[in-house]
Amino acid sequence: MSSLLLDILSWFCLLAGGLFCVIGALGLLRMPDFYTRAHAASVTDTLGAGLILLGLMLQAGLTLITVKLVMVGLLLFFTSPVAVHALAKAAMKRGLLPLLADAGRTSPRAPNDAARRQQGLPGQEGAPSKP
Amino acid sequence: MFAAATVALLITVSLTLARAVLGPSVFDRLLATNTIGTCTVLLLAVIGFLTGRPEFLDLALVYGLLNLVGTVAVLKFFHDRKPIERPPENEAAR
Repeated sequence: MSSLLLDILSWFCLLAGGLFCVIGALGLLRMPDFYTRAHAASVTDTLGAGLILLGLMLQAGLTLITVKLVMVGLLLFFTSPVAVHALAKAAMKRGLLPLLADAGRTSPRAPNDAARRQQGLPGQEGAPSKP
Repeated sequence: MFAAATVALLITVSLTLARAVLGPSVFDRLLATNTIGTCTVLLLAVIGFLTGRPEFLDLALVYGLLNLVGTVAVLKFFHDRKPIERPPENEAAR
């Protein structure tokens, strides 16, 4: 009975983790600029990875395997925010502008200006706006 | 059930690979590569359970370490470079 409960719980965690991974990848594919894509990728890095590892831990029980899974989880928990923070900082330092909704006539729907902003070149107004 | 998680992770990797190929700037490609690395760590763990060989978790740990080091190394490489994207006049072709 208890083993069945653990199985159901771990299946739920695995399926939800896979679902969140796919949601994060969809966001990564469809979001309009780099910074929103980084936000979408964090869904895969935190919720998807955490739920999948939790499901595997429930399957493994109290063994050395669970210790290794905790280590993998801690590693992902600490390193992926560091990597994405370094990426966002480097992108900002090199002049990749975030896509802003209220930047005058540069609406996010305007494809020409959006592409220019994605390339890190200043828009028509020249000075980069604060995020 | 491990097979379902594996399939979900493979879908994730393929969608992310599309972003890595399409991504207009270097940073988009790096972000996609980082996400592919995270998914590879998870995929190694799940495949270890799927085939009944949990020793794969050691490989997952090493791959997670290499993932961070790889991303930061490529970032150091692109830190002070000129942008290598296509010039703006080729925008329509993209």
